Amino acid sequence: MSGQPSSPTRRRLLMAAPLVVAGGVGVGFWRMLSGMTRGSFDPHDIHAPALNRPVPDFALPDQAPGTGFSAADLRGLKAPVLVNYFASWCIPCVAEMPVLNALKDRLPIWGIAYKDKPEHALGFVQRAGNPYARIASDHDGLAAIDWGVSGVPETFLIGPGGIIRWHTASPITEAMITNTIMPLADSLKP
Amino acid sequence: MKKHPLRRGGLIALLACLLFAPLVALAVDDPSEMLPDPAQEQRAEAIGAQLRCLVCQNESIEDSSADLARDLRHVVREHVAKGESNQQIMDWMVNRYGNFIRLKPPFTIGTLLLWVMPLLALCIGIGIAWWTFRRPRAPTPPPLSDEERRRLSDLTETR
Repeated sequence: MSGQPSSPTRRRLLMAAPLVVAGGVGVGFWRMLSGMTRGSFDPHDIHAPALNRPVPDFALPDQAPGTGFSAADLRGLKAPVLVNYFASWCIPCVAEMPVLNALKDRLPIWGIAYKDKPEHALGFVQRAGNPYARIASDHDGLAAIDWGVSGVPETFLIGPGGIIRWHTASPITEAMITNTIMPLADSLKP
Repeated sequence: MKKHPLRRGGLIALLACLLFAPLVALAVDDPSEMLPDPAQEQRAEAIGAQLRCLVCQNESIEDSSADLARDLRHVVREHVAKGESNQQIMDWMVNRYGNFIRLKPPFTIGTLLLWVMPLLALCIGIGIAWWTFRRPRAPTPPPLSDEERRRLSDLTETR
């Protein structure tokens, strides 16, 4: 700017730079906020690390009226399976049971009773209708911590080879099944 | 009606007690939960103080009385007893629950942006203000034409 008047293009460019930066930041924030409302972005998400990893090592005892299972059972899978943590003392678990019962013929569901007395878990499954092909008991809740579970219900879609492909920490809904779970499960089928 | 000075002092003392009482209240009050080795127990408490309780979210697992927090405390003590380093235990937790479990977030591009954003916004604002309000440089006037020169001399002569 010494002596020579700066050319109008250069000036306009310099003037536009802060506006472009501010605009870029604005778009970034807008995307972040809209992602938060749509659910694709969640700064509180504590479950992202579980995705696309093999299930943790665990071996859980039977929970009537089903047989327990272990990490080896999930790793030996050829087709996808839904693993659902539930408990008789959990209200949202009651709410999702009809949805799970409607789903069980399209996709096998394995249940894990989280911190539940075996007789209470049995009573719960008998009252609500049993959607589970196998049920295991995580009585002290330590396997759940290895899975990254922070409460019930939580549900994982396990792909062939025991890889976690999808996860939710909220009750399963019809919309989740049609929009996410079934398309993903179908794509994972051999 | 003057207040008795002693009563006022007592009130202040009571308020002070109420203020500072929560500082010493920890959820770990069950001796059976603690490790027998005091040094190990201290390490476990230090690690636990950095881990977020995922149920109450603004408390550490050492401060929380939630069931999950108790289980996490148990897991931390198990790992400490196994002789793992603080870093190993922290990594184990982050592996399962992500960075959200850390009460003190790690230094990443995201956290850096978060901290410098006010400064960045200020700089952008100053930049915009400067470019908007800057006075345009006054252009050097072109030399007078013959016509103007004549008019100027006419004007000065009539004076």
